Amino acid sequence: MLLIEDEPNIAEAIRFLLTRDGHRVSHAIEGVAALAVLRDDCPDLVILDHMLPGMSGLEILTAIRADGTTRNLPVMMLTARGRDREMAERAGADRFMTKPFSNAEILAEVRAMLGQSGQTAG
Amino acid sequence: MPFNLLVLACFLYVACLFAVAFLVEGRAARGRLGWLRSPLVYTLSLSIYCTAWTFYGAVGYAARSGLEFLTIYFGPTLVFVGWWWLLRKLVRIGRQHHVTSIADLISSRYGKSNTLGVIVTVLAVVAATPYIALQLQSVVLSFGVFASAAPEGSNPPEPGLIAIWVAVGLALFTVLFGTRNLDAREQHHGIVIAIAVEAVVKLVALLAVGSFVVWGIAGGVADVIARIDAADLAAWQVQPGRWTGLIFLSAAAVICLPRMFQVMVVENQDEGHLARASWAFPLYLMAMSLFIVPIAVVGLERLPVGSNPDMFVLTLPLAEGQGALAMLAFLGGFSSATSMVIVESIALATMISNHVMIPLWLRLRPGAAAADDLRQVVLMARRLAIGAVLALGYGYYQVSGGSAALAAIGLIAFLGVAQVLPALIGGIFWRGATRTGAIMGLMTGLVVWAYTSFLPSFGPGAALPEAVFTQGLFGLSWLRPQALFGTEAMDPMIHALFWSMALNGMAFCLGSLLTFPGPVERLQGAAFVNVFEGSIGPQRWARGQAEPEALLGMAQRILGEDEALALFQAAARAEGKEGFLPDPTPAFLDSLEARLSGSVGAATAHAMISQLVGRATVTVEDLMAVASESAQILEYSARLEAREAELTRTAGALREANEKLTQLSLQKDAFLSQISHELRTPMTSIRAFSEILTEGDLPPDTVARYGQIIHDEAKRLTRLLDDLLDLSVLENGAVQLTVGLGSLQGMIDTALTAARQTRPDREFQVIRDLPSETIYLKTDADRLTQVFINLISNARKYCDAARPELRIAVRQRAGRVTVDFIDNGKGIPKDSQALIFEKFARLSDANRAGGAGLGLAICREIMANLGGSVAYLPGQGGAAFRVTVPLRLETLAA
Repeated sequence: MLLIEDEPNIAEAIRFLLTRDGHRVSHAIEGVAALAVLRDDCPDLVILDHMLPGMSGLEILTAIRADGTTRNLPVMMLTARGRDREMAERAGADRFMTKPFSNAEILAEVRAMLGQSGQTAG
Repeated sequence: MPFNLLVLACFLYVACLFAVAFLVEGRAARGRLGWLRSPLVYTLSLSIYCTAWTFYGAVGYAARSGLEFLTIYFGPTLVFVGWWWLLRKLVRIGRQHHVTSIADLISSRYGKSNTLGVIVTVLAVVAATPYIALQLQSVVLSFGVFASAAPEGSNPPEPGLIAIWVAVGLALFTVLFGTRNLDAREQHHGIVIAIAVEAVVKLVALLAVGSFVVWGIAGGVADVIARIDAADLAAWQVQPGRWTGLIFLSAAAVICLPRMFQVMVVENQDEGHLARASWAFPLYLMAMSLFIVPIAVVGLERLPVGSNPDMFVLTLPLAEGQGALAMLAFLGGFSSATSMVIVESIALATMISNHVMIPLWLRLRPGAAAADDLRQVVLMARRLAIGAVLALGYGYYQVSGGSAALAAIGLIAFLGVAQVLPALIGGIFWRGATRTGAIMGLMTGLVVWAYTSFLPSFGPGAALPEAVFTQGLFGLSWLRPQALFGTEAMDPMIHALFWSMALNGMAFCLGSLLTFPGPVERLQGAAFVNVFEGSIGPQRWARGQAEPEALLGMAQRILGEDEALALFQAAARAEGKEGFLPDPTPAFLDSLEARLSGSVGAATAHAMISQLVGRATVTVEDLMAVASESAQILEYSARLEAREAELTRTAGALREANEKLTQLSLQKDAFLSQISHELRTPMTSIRAFSEILTEGDLPPDTVARYGQIIHDEAKRLTRLLDDLLDLSVLENGAVQLTVGLGSLQGMIDTALTAARQTRPDREFQVIRDLPSETIYLKTDADRLTQVFINLISNARKYCDAARPELRIAVRQRAGRVTVDFIDNGKGIPKDSQALIFEKFARLSDANRAGGAGLGLAICREIMANLGGSVAYLPGQGGAAFRVTVPLRLETLAA
């Protein structure tokens, strides 16, 4: 799965949690690199921060949804601002989490999303 | 005396006139009139009052009725000597309003009513037609005298033929010099000069014949007086009623005759000429009348009984064998006739074309005024009108048969034009005169004159059936044309004069009193009646008998109560007086006029004050009404304006407040959302790692690293909260400044040391000029140092050069100190420079070092509190900030 997050400490925490849960996590801190990873790695889940330098999380999401190969890719959005939720869902986010979140929450969400799309943990 | 020689002399004379007129027109076109526009020429041109009727007819008149002929001279003399200020008013009005004829004057006085113009034109044409016929007749008669005296075998032409030739010739001359071009003031210099020449010729001719009669035929003055005594003077009783009537009539005529108005008012070059003419013209008239009685008496004595006394001026020299003198007399009479016809036809043509033909033409061809060259149309109308006037005169001459006595026709014409007098005098002296009144008066006068004088003059059974004369109109005996309302014993002339003028005047006054003038009429009325007031000009006020209270009352109506009282009180105090009523000194009147003219206009202010000072003819009530009216209008419009301005202002303020609120609300939302983000981010890390640590089962170095992260993020959170609090205090101005004397160098040292915590690993060079930093500032040193720390930390944080450098430059000027911080990095993009001082305006997270983006916002607020500023300095290579701080901070406490 792909984590797109510019705050190094938050990225490290999420990465630690998901790796411990048995997922292979690649990390990008901004949009252009993230989209390149998406093309090369074909992850089965994307965790996307909302506030990013350069391309914003919403723009990246729109790009993901516009591309045929990644149209149905499950995307979870993270945000530190409560009122972004509606915009994120309209742009096609499957799950939405508000910072700060508990570790259990994010793990449960990731498992639920992967189970729904019928994929096994990889 | 050969008849052909006479015709030749006539032609030569006319050719002479042509030449004179042509030369003068040429000079006028080049603007070189010189002596030609002198009082003398003006006076001589006025002599067209003396027509052939005076030249030939006066002698006949004297022969028939004795001294009564003198009334015809007394009237104008009285007007010029005793009433010249009326003429001056007419001339002034004529010049100021560009009046082109008497019809134009009446029409523009009464609200530019063309109806009135048409009525006056009709009246003038009807009255003038017999008069012109009279002139033609006199020429024909004088030719006849020579023809009958001519030897047998010569073949004098038909009288009708002579009349037609004279008419055509005059029409030609008038068209040539009367309609050469269109002058705005309708002046015809060439013609005026020709008239003046003719005036001289007729005076010289009459004086020559008179001298010949007195010294050539009679034996000198004494002998003539004896002969006059011997003549039946007992019959020449003075009839007071008839004399008064005739003097009045001739006085009215000299004012109202279209040709007199033309030369007196329209052709006037200079108002001052009138003063000279006021005594010179009566002198001319006296000279003209000097030898009338001797010629009449000697003529009656020497010529066969039954010869026409109207022609004595010609027949006496002829009978005495003085051919040359007779020729001169003939030319004098010819001059009288031609000058009258020329000027009269010009005056009438102007009236006809301006009031009848052009309005009609414009109505028949709407839009033509714009499409065609109207000048050509007007000129053509003039020419046609001149032709028509002369054709009418000739027609009348043919119809009337040319037999009636000259004087009778002259008097009828006089009475006709005199009908204009009430409307004219009322118009320039009485502001209450109205259009309706003028129309009623003129129509009444026209009808009564036509019924009692003009139509009867054709003789019983000609224009009016005989039955009307004996039994009255419709059989009503009180409507008999020469005995209206049973006034039977009166002289027909006086009867017509009395009734026409009385009824005319009554109708005029009644109509004016019963109707109200329209706005244009009121304006024109005021302009005409008060024509001298507007032109008093900047002349200073003499101390008048103005009542200060009346002045105050007027000023209050115009300026408003408070302002007027303040003005008067100030003036009174300046004069050393208590209260509100200063003396009406010239200085005060001047300043009051200046003040009033700001509100109501210069002319009105002047007229109002001159009224109260006692210089005007309008009533006080009248002016007060005007002032009150205009004050009300002013107040009303001012109120409306004020209300509208207030509404606009309120709407603007509301809109502004609304925009501000919306803006503030947006800013607040953005700020809260930003704060939320800035707070949640470190909290997320802290929560995640603390949970991880709680679960345990981690290698010790990982535990240590995660503990450190939690620690850093907690610090970041604290700093953020500190900054927020700081900013909020600074923004609210609730900050407590500790002002004291501090060394700038010390502050920079402290700041550099403190800023070393930011990216301490990095090599960072600082360039300073220490001597320039030895400045002591009276300010809050801690706060200023905080600004320096922020700026230096930013440079350490964001300067991306390989070997980062910061130059600190200090300069002192005009009580202020500037401290510039310039690094050697990429600088800040132009479009971001305006944003960096806003809260959370972190440009890029690429080089982030944990700041929350509040640093520069705090700097800005601190500097505002310290009475200085911080700004981005563009064009310095790297990022550059200038801090400006006053040398001494003035505080309320200090």
